[in-house]
Amino acid sequence: MTDIVQYDVCIIGGGLVGCSAALHLTRAGQSVVLVERDSVGAHASGVNFGGVRRHGRNALELPLSLRSLDIWRNMAALVGNDCEFMPCGHLKVARNEAEMSVLEQWRGFGAQHGIDVELHNGAKLRQRFPWLSAQIYGASFCPGDGHANPRLAAPAFALRARAEGAVIIEGDGADVIEDAQGGFEVTLMSGKRLRASVLVNAAGAWGRTIAARYGDDAPVNAVAPQMFVSEPVPYFIDAVLGMVCGGLYLRQIPRGNVIFGGGRGTLSPDQRSSWPSDRVFAETVGLAGEIIPQLRNLAIIRSWTGVEGNCDDGLPVVGSSPRRQGLYHAFGFSGHGFQMAPAVGAVLSELITRGATPTDISALSPQRFADAKSGLVMAESEI
Amino acid sequence: MTDGDMTSADTPRIAIIGAGPAGIRAAETLVEAGLRVTLIDEAALPGGQIYRQPPPTLRRPAKALYGFEAGKAEALHSSFARLRSAIDYRPETLVWGARDNRLLLSSRAGNTEIAFDKLILATGAMDRIAPVAGWTQPGVYSLGGAQVVLKHQACLIGKRPIFAGTGPLLYLIAWQYLRAGSRPAAVLDTGSFAGQLRALPRLARQPRTLLKGLYFTAALRAKGIPVLYSALPARIDARDDNLVLTYTRNGRSHEIAGDAVALGSGLKPETQLAEILGCAFDFHSPSRSYLPRCDRMGRSSLATTYIAGDTGGIRGADAAEAGGALAALAVLEDLGRSVPEVRKRQLLTHMRRAEIFRSGLELAFAYPAPAIAGLADDTVLCRCENVTIGDLRAAIPQWNITEMNRLKAITRCGMGRCQGRVCGSAAMEVLASETHAPIESVGRLRGQIPLKPVVGSNFETKAAS
Repeated sequence: MTDIVQYDVCIIGGGLVGCSAALHLTRAGQSVVLVERDSVGAHASGVNFGGVRRHGRNALELPLSLRSLDIWRNMAALVGNDCEFMPCGHLKVARNEAEMSVLEQWRGFGAQHGIDVELHNGAKLRQRFPWLSAQIYGASFCPGDGHANPRLAAPAFALRARAEGAVIIEGDGADVIEDAQGGFEVTLMSGKRLRASVLVNAAGAWGRTIAARYGDDAPVNAVAPQMFVSEPVPYFIDAVLGMVCGGLYLRQIPRGNVIFGGGRGTLSPDQRSSWPSDRVFAETVGLAGEIIPQLRNLAIIRSWTGVEGNCDDGLPVVGSSPRRQGLYHAFGFSGHGFQMAPAVGAVLSELITRGATPTDISALSPQRFADAKSGLVMAESEI
Repeated sequence: MTDGDMTSADTPRIAIIGAGPAGIRAAETLVEAGLRVTLIDEAALPGGQIYRQPPPTLRRPAKALYGFEAGKAEALHSSFARLRSAIDYRPETLVWGARDNRLLLSSRAGNTEIAFDKLILATGAMDRIAPVAGWTQPGVYSLGGAQVVLKHQACLIGKRPIFAGTGPLLYLIAWQYLRAGSRPAAVLDTGSFAGQLRALPRLARQPRTLLKGLYFTAALRAKGIPVLYSALPARIDARDDNLVLTYTRNGRSHEIAGDAVALGSGLKPETQLAEILGCAFDFHSPSRSYLPRCDRMGRSSLATTYIAGDTGGIRGADAAEAGGALAALAVLEDLGRSVPEVRKRQLLTHMRRAEIFRSGLELAFAYPAPAIAGLADDTVLCRCENVTIGDLRAAIPQWNITEMNRLKAITRCGMGRCQGRVCGSAAMEVLASETHAPIESVGRLRGQIPLKPVVGSNFETKAAS
């Protein structure tokens, strides 16, 4: 029989949320173990679009999103790597008047949170963003938002957390979670056993299973957003682009590659992996050429997908379990968690070590499904 | 729209990818059995890399193009000509993806897809590169590239080219250049003479091929062209109008000047499609690479998919012809059709000999793994993304990297246009040597669609509908 190692906190899932939680909890003086079945940032956290935006978000997420932008701005100081964060601004385009009114409405939400966006149309829009198709009706531009490299973020947090004392276990997933001595006992696939007084469920698309074990069911289902990257061309797309309809999100990195996403690929039957759909390939690549005509003749060099947890109401599940003391959830980020994840780690650390957080996450609580009432403001699918 | 759905269940849809020796012999065998096949090829004309045909305006006699192999090339081309009307032939068509029993095709006419019941992968091989400092500058070609330029375009890469690397192609191509009026500055083999001697008994299993190799070396030497073994290229520098290759031999550094350099360290199978389809792969130690698992007939781990020719491991053109026919016989067997047993046994015997010869080649012309481990930090490894060996050496310990796909994610090595087809072998060597791990434990780059770049406008008609 193997020895059981005792920790203050055990985090299940080495995505960006889990890795950020590991770093923040370690800094708050907790002994932390993080358990990752594959490798840190291998799934949605590492292969997502890389959007870092507040723009167009559900207003209920904005407190978390605003806090996270501060972390992104100071990323190099926090983890020793800026994760290629580039605050070039975010542009959300409308194809018609109805979509434009959605952007106008959001300007009001943004203003309430101190975010000023610029609404453009007609000649002014073409002048400011000459690469946009003439078919675009209007757009809203949010300075200060931007993009980052998702392949670096989770590993960077994990490295920093490990350097500061967290135990990061990769290639060994949680197999069985049981109650033990008021806390939790986690048996890993390898047979290794861990005990912790606090359990953080940051298992992404697979978080629902862990939550359901404690009666905290949440309507989170796996989906596989599909991404693309082009060959490098001279840098000209000087903002991250999104569409009100959510069909396309796109950015260009300074070395020239255009990275974009839209539509969903195919999940494996066990929902552990996914692959790109050629139908989505055709649609999304075609759409990119419609929105930015200069992309029409660009060569696409790669397409990929990742497994993401999508919640029916489009909001993540973040907060303490209503039923089990010591259990905290942070999963189901519904395709737009990359920007918020650094702050989610900070908030979890506050909840766990101080019992409260100054960031208003009340609308994201797992309790909302128990109450069966949810405050949807605006559905969205953009990352 | 899906092509190829018109056939009924008792006429199986068979697709062959690649119109080289393996693909053409597979098609021929299936047509002889009364089946109709779709033969898809990236090139405009059939023949594959080895029996590549120039465009009509640059046509030359077969002897001039293929040398000793003229007879085989002509036989293959005329076999194809006889088949042409009996098959659905799709030249200049890229298979950019596959899933289950569908192939995604891209050509100038746009994109389409076809469904198959049986698929033979005869996708061949490409140059295997061992980078050296300066290999990305103008005037430096891959060995295979130098041959394509000559065979297809009737051009030379230079009047005094340096041929460096290892493998039988090194000697063949240097000799072809000599015959075409070029005067190679030198032929530098990273392999040792002792290694080639040790391999002789195995190479003697294909005496004709062995003799040709000896003949090329003798012919080059007779013209006063230096042919050196154990010569490890260190760097290539542009100096005046020359390219100067610095190499070490027996612990001493030497320089040689030429007007072009052709580099190649053998061939590597084009296995991306097998990977995308989900074929199982096994590590193959002699070639230090992962190869699709297949039985002696070419059956992969998938019931629908067969591997023929160099796709399953580098055995050369003769074995590719045999392997193509064998894979076709395997398809026929699996479809419940009768196969000519005598022919099958002959082909299997041929493949057994080829297998021994292959192991001899791997002994004589090993991929220069230790040389890669010793390259200078400023050597570009991934030319698409301009990632140096130094970048990898810094990132590996910093990010605790032990696996190829993580190496790619962090450093961008293998993330560009070629998707690691060129730098993958060398990157595996660097990761293994930096982590002191056996090469098989670092894994291999995952294949992703599109297999090769596809242009966005090709999708427009489909997206609009």
